[in-house]
Amino acid sequence: MHVPDGFIDAPVSAAAGVVAAGAVAVSLRGARRELDERTAPLAGLVAAFIFAVQMLNFPVAAGTSGHLLGGALAAILVGPYTGVLCIAVVLLLQGVLFADGGLTALGVNITVMGVVTALVAYALFRGLLKVLPRKRRSVTVASFVAALVSVPASAAAFVLVYALGGTTEVPLGTVFTAMVGVHTLIGIGEAAITAATVGAVIAVRPDLVHGARGLTTPLKLRVGGELVDAEPAVIEGPVRSPRKVWIAGLVASLVLAGFVSFYASASPDGLEKVAADKGFDKGAENREHASADSPLADYGVKDVDNARLSGGLAGVIGVGATVLVGTGVFVVVRRRRGSEASGTVASEGARTPESV
Amino acid sequence: MGAGHAHKLYVRGSSPVHALPPHCKLAAVLCFVVVVVSTPREAVWAFGLYAVLIGAVAALARIPAGFLLKRLLFEVPFVAFAVLLPFVAQGERTEVLGLSLSVNGLWGAWNILAKGTLGVAASVLLAATTELRQLLLGLQRLKLPPLLVQIASFMIRYGDVISDELRRMRIARESRGFEARGVRHWGVLAKTAGALFIRSYERGERVHLAMVSRGYAGSMPVIDEVTASRAQWSYALALPAAALLVCLLGWFL
Repeated sequence: MHVPDGFIDAPVSAAAGVVAAGAVAVSLRGARRELDERTAPLAGLVAAFIFAVQMLNFPVAAGTSGHLLGGALAAILVGPYTGVLCIAVVLLLQGVLFADGGLTALGVNITVMGVVTALVAYALFRGLLKVLPRKRRSVTVASFVAALVSVPASAAAFVLVYALGGTTEVPLGTVFTAMVGVHTLIGIGEAAITAATVGAVIAVRPDLVHGARGLTTPLKLRVGGELVDAEPAVIEGPVRSPRKVWIAGLVASLVLAGFVSFYASASPDGLEKVAADKGFDKGAENREHASADSPLADYGVKDVDNARLSGGLAGVIGVGATVLVGTGVFVVVRRRRGSEASGTVASEGARTPESV
Repeated sequence: MGAGHAHKLYVRGSSPVHALPPHCKLAAVLCFVVVVVSTPREAVWAFGLYAVLIGAVAALARIPAGFLLKRLLFEVPFVAFAVLLPFVAQGERTEVLGLSLSVNGLWGAWNILAKGTLGVAASVLLAATTELRQLLLGLQRLKLPPLLVQIASFMIRYGDVISDELRRMRIARESRGFEARGVRHWGVLAKTAGALFIRSYERGERVHLAMVSRGYAGSMPVIDEVTASRAQWSYALALPAAALLVCLLGWFL
């Protein structure tokens, strides 16, 4: 799925590069909070893990096999910031060292395969955890759904980028249907493996799973035959406020509604396409496409076959809106979590001199 | 880890291209690819000239042509997409060997093939002439955040270790008669991934402790400071400058 050079025109690649750079900068700050000063070695090794796990082929059916993309897995296991960071580093090194994915398309690749997958997966995962009962099984279920949605979401984000800066005039509806359709299938494999992997890690080291941090049962001491709560070693278990649950539910429903609507919009678009094929005259002249590489060309193209693109565009705008809203909610949640985190950091800071 | 960290694409050598400072090469490759991507696709001859430029650099770096061509196979997946394009794209159709193909699709396929191949060729040349450590230093010199460079360097240093761990797990599975044949075996593979994650994470913690005990305080010491002279910069930037000339000709002719 790595986008090569020349697939997306230069201005949009540059814009995606800016988005990716911003996301990486935010992730660098956030990862420091998730991993404190262990960021460099831990994130590095998690990136190496993702790099390795992408080589883990799983058989799908009849001789074909797929491999993990790892965005959802990383976000759930080590947190969204570290996840984005790790995927970004993997993509950067794949681009520079292995010539896998174009250098100019690096921004597109990081945005589409790293930022979108990790954000969508983590927002959905968090939202589902708020709704589902607080059990380990819920973590597995939530990671299944998160991974399942994250892959087609990434494909939809790619279509959005393609709509803005694609260098070929394949109708958007076709691209959208093909990309999201294929990636829904890939998503099923990704989801099964991600959920099982998260389940396997939870079974052995539940403390390592970032997404399951609130789930550890508090330690009990048996004092004189009855169970007493042990002194909490670290302040854990975030305060559950109804507002958080509400926000999470909103995110989950938004993302789900978004996706249901994509499918609803995709099939009439297919019909529309057929109808357009039957009665469509060859209005597109060669002259017009001579400037197809210029940034403004696609707006012109959009005007030409607007009727056909509208279905795809609606879906794309839906994705954009969903991603925007998801990000907005995510930022709000993060700020709240950030203040909590700084609280614990402060208390740890107060404790450190004693322990040293 | 005793074998050093030379990656598979690196070709040992002492050519002038090998000797250039890494950040000059990185900047040159990036500029070159940007120029190639912004060339109009109708200027077919321009892409030929780019290929000649790449060939000249490869000859200067004494990279065997066979090596370069073999590494170009990386782009095979998107070649498949490019081949599909003439069939699915819209607009004016033309007859080629009895097949009805879209003119736009043909141009699009050519566009992706030409630009993608040139991009991959430039990346392969960069990777073939630059050592890993040098490449990371170059990224740092290009003002990539130091933390990011550290993460990347850890990923590279431990990438082989972690991959080997995965390989050993696979051998262990296979020596017990396991063969992943279908969906029913996904659970085993997922447990492998889970175990690999725990091993990687715990190794990361140990590495961090080892670093802290050796006085790590958030940044790695830079031992070999690479600097580039003006001559080296102009030498490295000759490639994108020539490409820019071709590109401008492509736009105005």
